[in-house]
Amino acid sequence: MSDKNWQGITRRDFVIKGTVATAGLAAASVLVPAQFAIGAQAKVKVGILLPYTGTYAKLGTNIRDAMMLRFAEDGNMLGGRPIEFVDIDSEAKPAKAQQLTNKLIKKENVDFLVGPVHSVVGMAMVKTARGDGPITVIPNAGANQLTGVLCAPNIFRTSFSSYQMGYPGGPAMVEDGHKRVVLMYWNYGFGKQVAAAFKESFLPAGGTIVKEIPTPFPKVDFQAYLTELAALKPDAVYTFYAGGGAVKFVKDFAAAGLKDSIKLYGAGFLTEGLGAAQGDAAEGVRTILHYADTLDNPANQRFRKAFKKTTGTNADVYAVQGYDAGELILRGMNAVKGDTGARAEMIHAMETAEIDSPRGKLRFSKSHNPIHDVYLREVVKGENRVVRVAAKAQDDPAEGCSM
Amino acid sequence: MSTLTRSLPLLAALLALVLFPLFGSSFYVGLVTRIIIIAIFAMSLDLLIGYTGLVSFGHAAFFGIGGYALAIAFQDASVIHLWQALPLSLFAAALAALVVGWVSIRTSGIYFIMITLALSQMFFYYFFESPRYGGDDGIFLFLKPVLMVGSEDILNLDHENNFYYFALSCLVLGYLFLVMILQAPFGKVIKAIKVNEHRVRALGYSTNGYKLVSFVIAGTLAGLAGFLEGAHTGYINPAYMSWHESGVCIAIVILGGVGTLYGPIVGAFIIVLLQNFLPEFTEHWQLLLGGIVIAVVLFLPRGATSLLPRIRSLIRMEKSISLSQEEKAKGDADG
Amino acid sequence: MELSFYLVQLLNAVQYGFLLFLVASGLTLLFGIMGIINLAHGSFYMLGSYLAYWLTGVTGNLWLGILLGLPITLMVGYLVERFAISFLYKRDHLYQVLLTFALILIFNELQQILWGSDVHSVAIPSLLAGSFQLTENQSYPVYRLFISAACIAIACGMYWVIQKTRLGMTIRAGASNREMVQALGINVNRLFAFVFSLGVALAGFAGMLAAPVDSVYPGMGENVLIISFVVVVIGGTGSIKGAFVGAMLIGLVSTFGKVLVPEMASVMVYALMAVILLWRPQGLFGRAA
Repeated sequence: MSDKNWQGITRRDFVIKGTVATAGLAAASVLVPAQFAIGAQAKVKVGILLPYTGTYAKLGTNIRDAMMLRFAEDGNMLGGRPIEFVDIDSEAKPAKAQQLTNKLIKKENVDFLVGPVHSVVGMAMVKTARGDGPITVIPNAGANQLTGVLCAPNIFRTSFSSYQMGYPGGPAMVEDGHKRVVLMYWNYGFGKQVAAAFKESFLPAGGTIVKEIPTPFPKVDFQAYLTELAALKPDAVYTFYAGGGAVKFVKDFAAAGLKDSIKLYGAGFLTEGLGAAQGDAAEGVRTILHYADTLDNPANQRFRKAFKKTTGTNADVYAVQGYDAGELILRGMNAVKGDTGARAEMIHAMETAEIDSPRGKLRFSKSHNPIHDVYLREVVKGENRVVRVAAKAQDDPAEGCSM
Repeated sequence: MSTLTRSLPLLAALLALVLFPLFGSSFYVGLVTRIIIIAIFAMSLDLLIGYTGLVSFGHAAFFGIGGYALAIAFQDASVIHLWQALPLSLFAAALAALVVGWVSIRTSGIYFIMITLALSQMFFYYFFESPRYGGDDGIFLFLKPVLMVGSEDILNLDHENNFYYFALSCLVLGYLFLVMILQAPFGKVIKAIKVNEHRVRALGYSTNGYKLVSFVIAGTLAGLAGFLEGAHTGYINPAYMSWHESGVCIAIVILGGVGTLYGPIVGAFIIVLLQNFLPEFTEHWQLLLGGIVIAVVLFLPRGATSLLPRIRSLIRMEKSISLSQEEKAKGDADG
Repeated sequence: MELSFYLVQLLNAVQYGFLLFLVASGLTLLFGIMGIINLAHGSFYMLGSYLAYWLTGVTGNLWLGILLGLPITLMVGYLVERFAISFLYKRDHLYQVLLTFALILIFNELQQILWGSDVHSVAIPSLLAGSFQLTENQSYPVYRLFISAACIAIACGMYWVIQKTRLGMTIRAGASNREMVQALGINVNRLFAFVFSLGVALAGFAGMLAAPVDSVYPGMGENVLIISFVVVVIGGTGSIKGAFVGAMLIGLVSTFGKVLVPEMASVMVYALMAVILLWRPQGLFGRAA
């Protein structure tokens, strides 16, 4: 694949035409050279690959809307160039991921690639885009490998790695006084990684895993496992469930009368954005996440207000990740003043960015994974309220990354 | 003469496919490669549905196994030799088809549909839940298979066009192979089984043996398609084996024209292109896809390719009508 | 583990079996009586759940929701039968598979358009919201028992209708010899439309009943579909008794499979089906082909 194919304008095109234009138009043009590279309106193409159908549709929509909100706040200009979106429904189907990514890269020649939600789609996407593909920003998919073995200079993530969903949970539970813990999770890539990271911090902190109960993904029939849990009588249980599974688990857990004797903990998705569906059953459930709706910082308040105003719905962690993806792209493009050919400079600007995100301070590791605070939250009156910071500036080991 | 006219459109289509990479951009060459792979997959199912009368609802399992055999055996290899990898995939798919076929051909009708579905779900869940082979994350392959002569790679599959021609040759050879066995006595027997199994059995044929062989051949060809898909994308995961994929494969066969071999190839073009371009018009494109499939079932049960002879006979009819009119006119003039 | 643990698991298994039976009985009815393979059965289950969610929201009461929802499912069933299924009675199963597969795509999109992709839940009616203590730290929701009771009632009702009533007799006769029944002056078309709508309503009703204990989410029907097929095939198509035994077997195997061999829990159910079909290709209670 030649440079020319995927970039729209190449560095050389830009330099030649840009110089001519500058010479002709003098100082004013220096600020916005790219506009003169190809006519007056050289658009930056942002390819979006998110799910808008199926289980993850809500996540995809929120991520997209929040990112577009961030762009709109800056007048829909990236480094002085207008934006063109190429928006594709990933359907969260791994089997189609590579084909759709190829469509964005080879056919649409996008400058940036944003997506996906689903980890396995992410793997196929990153595998296609890493190296000389477009600058890619992952706004949700959590598989460790994306910024681990598959890491590359042009791959960024604004969400989290599954490691960061498990590791801070261990010490947090020990600190809360729960040492005999059952680990329950959906038995698939993400769930397994969360569980492994949890054990990595929980065991050295003095905890004991009474039993590990992996349940088949994406099945939501938990009754048999809850009976087993009741018989094991642990202090608490740490879980990984999301979406429909999380709603069902929290409700079944409460309905089985286990709330009084066993404390329920989990990775943030257990309760995130599910308040209405879970109702009272979720009261008192503690989770760890790098965001909470009630975070008391100006960036968060501003963002939540703006998001509500433009979309009519309440922001959640997915929206925050999309918003930060927009911010990161803006940082990169503004640093090179819209010159997508200045790839190295742009990547440098992005990896050193320090963002005042709604979630708090956000930086990036060497492998381009977020470094952020992780909060311990508790559901009180349907809201995820912050109990304390569970881990300050939580990093990710980026196993297998040689960057 | 008549065979020639009948194979003329096929040859023209083949010529178009051969010339395509000269005009198509890299994206479209990749897309058509994928279509060709799906076409091989669907064509193999046509052998079962269209010729043997076995409606398998678990065909995706063999596709997946072909891909998984490649991925499992070579995920850590420093070089993937085509002459090792391809036979391995074919063998694995054939073996799986032998086991599944042995169990399922004893049943018929709805039970056959359901047991093939159930067994393919077993494969699906095995790969999905077993921690051994990557679970739902699947397995990545960072290399393409190579065909070495000495130290020279004579078939560089890294190049999109080369892969395209490799897949196309597989399709053509697969097609010719199926045509050959269908014209052989074996083909006559399985076609007879489709029409009336009791009678064939009464004639002394072991029908189960024939059905099993047909099942294994179809499974092996599906494995070939899976191998190509795995090699092409460098990625294989359990979703390839899901019952949805089996369902789509049946849709492709029917849509193109069941019992024709070339119909499924046309069907693969239609479905993959629809899947590719419908989403550009509407977020709810599956609604349209579903509607199209229903329309085909209700109004065009012999598939899209059944239109061709109809059009041809229409033209012929018109020609003969105009001829007879001319004659009549001539007669009038004479008179 | 002590004995009480296994007893509670047994209760779980039976309860799951009952719910499976409710879905599968509709499926087996269509299978056996009309010779129709209906892949969209799971979609009707999903439809029921979403109707329960929607109508309970509107009326504020699950019972009212079910009361209003049932006629809707009946009507949807009737329309689907008239405009799609009825063309396929004389065609190969292949086309039924394909058509109902397309229906799944359509129903999924319609669900998306009508109700969006959020996860919803339905409140348990206050009358049945309680639970009772089972072991020292586990209690069992009354509503789950209610589901089982409702399933038993329906099973008995179906048995009575099919075995003892005139309607049941015509249905059975229509299945074994369509032409004969027609010759006797019974309108088979109308009969089949009725049976299909009934099957759809059964799936919808199962979805409505299950909505408070399950969550309501996109794609929920497909989880139920395949397992119901397994139930029907194990039991023998068309046999209500078979569906019942099959559902109980699957309930037991999947519940105890989860606890005893968690790694292979999902594979177990399909392995059971394969073994049973090897032994009896027509299912436990099916008539030999």
